[in-house]
Amino acid sequence: MATAEPLLDVRDLRVSFRVFRGTLSVLDGVTLAVRPGERVGLIGETGCGKTTTLRAIMRILPREARVGGGQVLFAGRDVLSMNAGDLSAFRRKGASLVFQDPTAALNPVFTVGQLLDEVIKYSQGRAMPAKERRAVAAAALRDVALPDPARILNSYPFQLSGGMRQRVCIAMAIGVNRELILADEPGTSLDVTIQDQILRLISDLVAKRNVAVVLVTHSLGVVRETTDRVYVMYAGSIVESAPVKELFRAPLHPYTVALLECIPKLSGERISQGIPGSMPDYLHPPRGCRYQPRCPRAEEGCAAGRPPMREVAPGHSVACYRVAAQGGEDR
Amino acid sequence: MLSYLGKRLVGAVFVLAGLSVVIFLIARVVPGDPVRMALGPQAPQAVVEDLRKQLHLDKPLHVQYYYWVSGAVRGDFGISLMTNRPVTADLKEYLPATLELVLFASILHGLFGLILGIVAAAYSDSWLDNFVRVFAYIGVTTPGFVFAVLFMLIFGYWWHLLPVIGRIGYGVTVPPTITGMMTVDSLLTGNLPAFADALKHLILPSVALSMGAMSQEARITRSSMVENLNKDYIYMSVAQGIPRRIIMRKYLLKPSLIPTVTVFGLGCASTMAGAFLVELIFNWPGFARYGITGMLMKDLNVISATVLVVALCFVVVNIIVDLVVAYLDPRIRLQ
Ligand SMILES: Nc1ncnc2c1ncn2[C@@H]1O[C@H](COP(=O)(O)OP(=O)(O)OP(=O)(O)O)[C@@H](O)[C@H]1O
Ligand SMILES: [Mg+2]
Repeated sequence: MATAEPLLDVRDLRVSFRVFRGTLSVLDGVTLAVRPGERVGLIGETGCGKTTTLRAIMRILPREARVGGGQVLFAGRDVLSMNAGDLSAFRRKGASLVFQDPTAALNPVFTVGQLLDEVIKYSQGRAMPAKERRAVAAAALRDVALPDPARILNSYPFQLSGGMRQRVCIAMAIGVNRELILADEPGTSLDVTIQDQILRLISDLVAKRNVAVVLVTHSLGVVRETTDRVYVMYAGSIVESAPVKELFRAPLHPYTVALLECIPKLSGERISQGIPGSMPDYLHPPRGCRYQPRCPRAEEGCAAGRPPMREVAPGHSVACYRVAAQGGEDR
Repeated sequence: MLSYLGKRLVGAVFVLAGLSVVIFLIARVVPGDPVRMALGPQAPQAVVEDLRKQLHLDKPLHVQYYYWVSGAVRGDFGISLMTNRPVTADLKEYLPATLELVLFASILHGLFGLILGIVAAAYSDSWLDNFVRVFAYIGVTTPGFVFAVLFMLIFGYWWHLLPVIGRIGYGVTVPPTITGMMTVDSLLTGNLPAFADALKHLILPSVALSMGAMSQEARITRSSMVENLNKDYIYMSVAQGIPRRIIMRKYLLKPSLIPTVTVFGLGCASTMAGAFLVELIFNWPGFARYGITGMLMKDLNVISATVLVVALCFVVVNIIVDLVVAYLDPRIRLQ
């Protein structure tokens, strides 16, 4: 498995936003890979650039964003330099994104049936009769455990509950077969039980069809249960990646350590204080390692340059000067 | 949709009833004695009193209103003191010309406002977008009558391209009155030369009249499309690999049209208001001159009838606008 060609290979991706005050250098060299059928978790504090990464992969960044460099290789081909035809094929058959906010992601003036129908129409290589498309759409809704598909197909998004909208969005992303699903905090806006259901749904579907998934979430418990490998992101770059078990057993990067400390432990002697300090300002990001101003283990050298990702154990990489090879901690 | 229409119609009846009271009162609070003005200062007092009685002006206001409104619902607006004819007959003569002008101008501003807005949005930040922006600024800030005078000068007197006076040229067989609108009547009777001539006469005044509303509609269409283009639901369609032309035509246009339609309704209203001056400039035999003279003469029945007709047009346009918005926006339709 470790030797399989990656399905998605993001290399040194840089994205900035032009705003009134200047340029926000948000993504600062994101590098991550997903193999076919792999379930990858992407975690990090709010504002660290998870959504921006996913949108850059789909090439649907908002107008004010600029891609400053890097590559997004999908099955070996760079999405960022694809022509319109290939790009559309990549979106129709290769990857799809479940948006963070399902209410904003559904066109308010079309019915669910109309929206789903269009997706099905263009994702198929062949012309499909309308009746068949409707059956596919209904099946997609049933797959995401939505009862009474006929009624939902005829409903407008505003007539559905938040959970139903979220499921419709998932149905649009996975109703047609694709190789990769990018799920941006599915269910965060919903209550915990529904969120749980939705995550289980995604991982079931993914297992059934052997599609790869990148799951963005704030819930470390979910990551632990539903993913194979985890990327930890801080202020626009990946600081650590490891198989999920190893990451929870032996986190190396000081940020990961702090992040995992935040999980309230049942046996816990103390309640977590959260990570002291706050995310850096993207307008004037700190020099060198972006975590260095908040890092309890920072040294002078940390501000000198960007720490590169180094593989410290098989499949376990970390971007920190203070972490030595072989998974141990030096000094 | 039908129940929505029903609700709007009932609402419109109430609005019109309220308006009729206001219009009736306004016509009567304007200072000056209408009968004296109509008969002149030399008329003997007895004659004046007679006419007052005939017009029910000696009765209390609510009784006057009753007489007026019960006539109005039957389409009888009483006698004009200026023309000595039933106001309804006068309106039949003048109103179609105004309606023709306003309708044509509204088609123009609706159509071209939309096209300009879509083009500006589809090519946003290009020279085309800038051109539309400058055009729209000029259109919004310049009153219609200024365009009227300018067009008259340029296309009429300098280049002799288009006629600038009246509705139809001399020597052209005037079509029989069916709807009262020259272009429509000539088409209905298959009189193509008259149609072409009437259309030519219609162009300059209606373009002048439509400029303001057209500019506003272009601006609002452009800005709502550009704004919606950055919405997640459009990115969602893009991310699904749906072709750009379909996204633009369908998924972007429909939600973006909602503000345009509302502004279009306001545009029709301002076109109606602007028609008064433009008609005077182009010597268009519409009811502008009739209405204005009526007001100056304090011809009560003429004032109330013209204002009521204008109000009725607004109400009708509003209902149409509401229906189109409801068609476009299920959140309104299904509430
Ligand atoms: N359109 C935009 N214009 C300006 N700045 C933006 C824009 N979109 C994102 N940003 C900035 O980029 C940074 C990363 O945003 P992003 O949405 O990728 O974070 P995230 O990791 O998804 O956060 P969350 O967990 O809250 O969803 C934030 O600081 C945000 O303010
Ligand atoms: Mg996000």
